[in-house]
Amino acid sequence: MSTGYSPCGPDAARLAYLDLMREIEDFYYREADLLDERDYDPWLELFTEDVLYWMPMRLNLPWEERAQDITSEEDTAWIHDDRATLEKRVRQIQTGIHWAEEPLSRVSHLITNIRLPAPVSVLPEGASVTVKSRFFVYRNRLETETDVLVGRREDLLRRLGGELRIARRKIVIDQSVLMAKNLTVFL
Amino acid sequence: MKSLGGSAHALVDMQLGEISRELFVNQDLYREEQERIFARAWLYVGHESQVKAPGDFFTSKMGEESVILTRDRAGKLHVFLNTCRHRGMKVCRYDQGNTKNFICPYHGWSFATDGKLVGVNDYQAAYQPPFDRDQWGLVEVAQLKVFRGTVWATWDPQAPSFEDYMGEAMFALDKGFAPWDGGDGQTELLGVPQKWIIPSNWKFVAENFSCDVLHTVSHRSVDMVGIGPSVGEGRRDPMGRQLVTSYPGGHGCLYGIWPTETPRQDYAGSAETAAYFQDCWQRRIKRMGKQAGIIPVVGTMFPNMSFHAQQPRTILVAHPRGPLETELWRVYFVDKDAPLAVKRYLRSYYLRYSGPAGMTEQDDMENWNYASAASLGTVSRRYPYHYKAGLRAGGASDDVPGRVTENPVTTEQNPRGLYKRWADYMDAPDWTALCAAQEQP
Ligand code: FES
Ligand SMILES: [Fe+2]
Repeated sequence: MSTGYSPCGPDAARLAYLDLMREIEDFYYREADLLDERDYDPWLELFTEDVLYWMPMRLNLPWEERAQDITSEEDTAWIHDDRATLEKRVRQIQTGIHWAEEPLSRVSHLITNIRLPAPVSVLPEGASVTVKSRFFVYRNRLETETDVLVGRREDLLRRLGGELRIARRKIVIDQSVLMAKNLTVFL
Repeated sequence: MKSLGGSAHALVDMQLGEISRELFVNQDLYREEQERIFARAWLYVGHESQVKAPGDFFTSKMGEESVILTRDRAGKLHVFLNTCRHRGMKVCRYDQGNTKNFICPYHGWSFATDGKLVGVNDYQAAYQPPFDRDQWGLVEVAQLKVFRGTVWATWDPQAPSFEDYMGEAMFALDKGFAPWDGGDGQTELLGVPQKWIIPSNWKFVAENFSCDVLHTVSHRSVDMVGIGPSVGEGRRDPMGRQLVTSYPGGHGCLYGIWPTETPRQDYAGSAETAAYFQDCWQRRIKRMGKQAGIIPVVGTMFPNMSFHAQQPRTILVAHPRGPLETELWRVYFVDKDAPLAVKRYLRSYYLRYSGPAGMTEQDDMENWNYASAASLGTVSRRYPYHYKAGLRAGGASDDVPGRVTENPVTTEQNPRGLYKRWADYMDAPDWTALCAAQEQP
């Protein structure tokens, strides 16, 4: 590793990368806050108009078939939403009579292990980057009802109007039989 | 099996329309149900499209127990209990696949896809005299039936044939599981099942889908938002007149009756889907005449197979796991010949409607959860549930077989019919008595 900083040398690229990573991390922490503080309208704005919000299912398969243990986009899924459906989910909670979330659950999103599988240092307008992360989501509702949902996210983030937007989200949960009675919490 | 001497019928008052909360919380009744209902009734196991080729298998459940649906090398379908005859190990722990043999991971016994025990380690050296391997194959169901792609089985050799078990409810299955054009084409599953666990008794699920016409307030939020396949409020396209229909075998169904001279506007949210539907609808009218307008909307085939057959199209099985725990398995089906774009559109509609993330089903599960929990207490158990809607309504109809109550008269006749049959099973020592009990009101 070199010590001296040069505005156009490898250190500049590294600094740009760190800067982008910070921006991405901050994006996820803000998203978690919006969700956990029930600020759903600005949360919706984090998605592009053409977003695919997709939560495949998991299968128990032999070792040789392990690559297929996440259901494909042409299979059934837990969730397979476009932007309009995502918006309907928010509107349903906001009716105040969506009994599954009325009264609201208490939720904390912990987002960790944020990583760019193919590191980039700059993300110009219109460009996209794949970001992998883990989620640990704690949900508690009414008295003692508790769910812990853990898994991976694989997002495609796109820069639009200077801001990061989610153009695609794949949510891979580490359960085959879902142990929560419903999925009313956004992951 | 000993007779409970009519004690189950004492919990289910058909005259008053009152049903004891014990049915939903009592551990002893729950254990009895496993023996008296799930080991005797015809149960839904899977769909033919899950086991197309020889050697294909799909791991399913019958009641609490794991079973394997498999197509053997000769192409014949079987359903086996998923347990090794040696020391009980689950012989198949994969959800689906294709195999030559099921090889037990414990001591290595291997079973062919027709259930035969074909391999035992140290067979020559260890077993002197040799034991008869033909006697130690996988445990197979007593009867199996495929109907319009759906696969059913029962453990009871005395159980009547599938057709007799369903009785006039065959009409609902025949119409419900036909392709949209009403012909003999195939339906297929959109993919693997959704499986999830809910804290509720299985009968809440069964009675709800048998046709609980009263639970509209459960779904008001989703109706306001509007998730149907066309635009605007609601969850579905119009279905026409609504007939709540029950059958003596404990089965219940809601039919939509559409006047065939009135044009339909279904699936207006997708041009391709609307066009495919129109094409099927025209062929359906040509094929079936006035009968084309009769389409089952929702129903439960006793005990625990529920379905939506119009919008969405899906099968839900409520597998019991305890008095207060149920494992739901939901699959979605479409016409095999539908264009890919139509299948995709239907998938997104079905998935936003049903399943744990379904905007409709989410609210059902909240209700079943806390209805079960609030019925557990010593005092709350003293107070029966109320099933009095339409107590004196209902009769024969020209449109469909069975006992029919037409909307706008609301009725809880279908849940009542389900619990009457539940009591028959719990009290009757054998199928002779069960068949006789079916004739009693
Ligand atoms: S338990 Fe299967 S071989 Fe022993
Ligand atoms: Fe419902």
